[in-house]
Parts: sequence; C-alpha cells; structure tokens
Amino acid sequence: MPQTASPPIIQIENLNKWFGKLHVLRNISLDVAQGERIVICGPSGSGKSTLIRCLNKLENHQQGRITVDGVRLDDTTRNVDQVRREVGMVFQHFNLFPHLTILQNLTLAPIWVRKLPRKQAEEEAMAYLERVKIAEQTHKYPAQLSGGQQQRVAIARSLCMNPKIMLFDEPTSSLDPEMIKEVLDVMVGLAQGGMTMLVVTHEMGFARQVADRVVFMDAGEITETAEPGDFFARPQTQRAKQFLSQILGH
Amino acid sequence: MSLVHTFFNSQIMLASLPALLRGLINTLLLGFMSIGAGSVVGLLVSLVRLYAPKALRVLAIIYIDLFRAMPMLVVLILIYYALPFLGVRFSSWTSAVLAFSMVMSAYSAEVFRAGIEGVPAGQFEAAAALGLPFAKTLRLVVLPQAIKAIVPPMTGNCVSMIKDTSLASTVALPELLNEATNAQALNANPSPLIMAALVYVALLWPMVRLVSILERRTQSRRV
Repeated sequence: MPQTASPPIIQIENLNKWFGKLHVLRNISLDVAQGERIVICGPSGSGKSTLIRCLNKLENHQQGRITVDGVRLDDTTRNVDQVRREVGMVFQHFNLFPHLTILQNLTLAPIWVRKLPRKQAEEEAMAYLERVKIAEQTHKYPAQLSGGQQQRVAIARSLCMNPKIMLFDEPTSSLDPEMIKEVLDVMVGLAQGGMTMLVVTHEMGFARQVADRVVFMDAGEITETAEPGDFFARPQTQRAKQFLSQILGH
Repeated sequence: MSLVHTFFNSQIMLASLPALLRGLINTLLLGFMSIGAGSVVGLLVSLVRLYAPKALRVLAIIYIDLFRAMPMLVVLILIYYALPFLGVRFSSWTSAVLAFSMVMSAYSAEVFRAGIEGVPAGQFEAAAALGLPFAKTLRLVVLPQAIKAIVPPMTGNCVSMIKDTSLASTVALPELLNEATNAQALNANPSPLIMAALVYVALLWPMVRLVSILERRTQSRRV
C-alpha cells in the first residue's frame, strides 16, 4: 500500500507540452505517492508515453512543473542527472546494449555512474539477474536471448541503479504473447516489493492485479482517474467506456 | 631500344631502389601522420557538427563542406606557396601534414557522423535513463556500435590518403613519387617511375581488396 503520510514522490503540476504546434500534453496534474503503482492507459496518441518520458527528461516540457523526489526537473544538468539516478525506465523495445554481454549491460551504469568497484557491481547484478530468473544467461549477448528474456534483463538493468521509481513504457507491447506473462510476473513481483511504478500498458489484467490507480488519458489530457475495480466496472467518461470495450472486447 | 630496356630496366631499377625505399618510408610516415591527425580532428568535428550549440554546428558544417569541395592539391599549394605572403612559412612536411590532415578530417567527420547517426535513438535513451552522462554514453555505448558502420568507408579514406601523399611531391617533400621522378630525371629513363607505381599497387592492393570485402559484408548484413 502506498505511504500517504509522506509527500508525493512525483508531483506534476499543470504540465503542458507541444511538439511544434501539436499540443500533446494538456494541463496534466498528477501526484504519485511513494510506493504507489499507477497504470496509465488510453488510445494511441493520447500522450501516455510522452507523459512518462517527461519524468526523466527524455522529453522536454514547455509549461508546468515536475518535481521528482523533491528535485525540481528543470534544464540544469545536475538536477536532470540526479532525477535520472532515482528513476529507472523500461522501454518497449528493450534497448539493451548489443555490443555488451548481459552482465556488462547491468554493470555499466553502476560502475560509471554509481562508481562501484567492478566486483561489487557484478555481485549486485547477479542478484538482480537471479531475481528476474535469468542468471544462467550472464555471459550471452542480447541478440542470443528471446524478447521476454531481453525485457527481463532490461528490468534488472534498471534495478541495478537502485531507483526509487520505475517507469514502464509499454513493456510487453513488442513481445510475442507467450512471453508476456514472464515479464508481467517480474513486474508484479516488483510491485509487491513496494516499488513506486508508473506503467503505460494495455495489459488490463496487470492493472487489475497490482495497480493502486488507473489513469486514463485521451488526446493529451487525463480524463479519468480511479481505482482499477471502479475504473473497469464503472468508467465515467464516454471515451473511457469506448476504450475499454475495444480493449476488453477481444 | 626494347620496351623492357626502357620501362623495366633492371639495372636502373636496382640502382634507384635505395632512394625509392627512402621515399616509401616518407610516404608511409606522411600517410599515417595525416590519417592519425585527420581521424582525431574528424571525430571532434563530427561531434561538434552533431551536438554543439547552433553557431558552432554551422562552423563545423562550413569547415566540412569547404575541405570536401577543395582539391587537396589546392589546399596544399595554398598553404605552401600562398601563406608565405602573409608571413606564415611552413616547411614542406608541415604544409603537407597540415593540408592532408584538414582534408582527411573533413571526410572523416562525415563518416563518423553517419556512423553515429546510424546507432538507434533507443541506445541514447537507455543510457540517458540510466543516468549516464552524455560523454560516457558516446564512449561506452554509441561509438562502439558506430564502429561497424565507420570501418569500411574509413578504410577507403585511408587508402585514398596514402595515394594522395604523392601530391606532396609538388612541394619537394622526398616521398616515393618525388624520389622516383628524381631518379627518372637522373637516369633519363622511366623505369624508376614504373617501379614506384608497382610499389604503390603492392602496398595498397591488399587494402583495396579489404575495403571491397568490408563493403560487401555491410551490404549483406543489411539484407
């Protein structure tokens, strides 16, 4: 359960973003408590990925304020680096480093950013690889692994930086159906361990199982926020009803 | 006078061999110095071209376009014969290394740029998301992946550079062609020139073959 006593670990206030003339995020305001698990869903083009990418400055915003763990996310390198150390991200297309082994993928950032000695970085990496059940692949290269295995490695790689918040940008959308479960299981395990998570996904089963809140976005706005049970049983807006009927219909 | 006696005169060839070998050493020295300096400067220029603030990016583009548009011989002659009128006098070695390095750097910069731009954006994003500073991202993640796309055209550039060292003969640098031309004048016989040509081919043919193999390998991998 999220800790409601402490201040929100993420505060988004009146966030507005344009891609040129296109207004892609409209007046987004959202508070995320520490330990909260939020699933962000909505039709494609609604701005869900753009929103979470603003949280680690992979995208810039033109108006509004984003505060992550007390650090104001502005244009200063120091603040951006500080936030990026606290926030891990898992991508739709895994983005593992193809020229490095699995172990090297995991130890790169701990060695060069956290300045850990190699041995310690490797020990921690092995622990995370065991946690995502992929320890036997340490000396292989990403191309030798399946999609599901690669994504689990990607999750372990982010965890090696000991982030306080994990962002997931459609983590299972590139996977063959039989591999989705192994990745979702890892994410459920992470959630049950108390990690603050923001997950952009179409996997509504995952939302039902683990999310504290579902945030529904449409055309750059947050149109509806509710607990999963309420959201799936009684969607308030027409757009949400339409979306759910399409997603859950097949 | 037979053709062999004129063009493949073994006596004259043997007599001019020491001079030609001295010239070859200078050719290789000049070539490697220009390749070395040109590559390093080219990498820096490509990074400025890609990532510096707008004003510097424009300067980089002008630099690259300028030295790709000017013949290397013209650059060399401007430095060696025109600069002295401004009071700047360089030796033939300095002029040659300067001219060749600058032109090499312009061509290299474009090769590096293409290689770096070929690395998927997701690689940059994953490294950034892990908190890796940009310089480390380039060194540890991007450049190692860009190398594969860079090697074939760079090898071609290196072959061209070594061939173009022959231009330094116009500023009296004692490289291979210069020595051969002198030997030809001395002996009133073109055999030394033929031998120099054979030396160039013997030296560079393996590299030319290598470039073809590397280029074909890049094509097939793309399919």
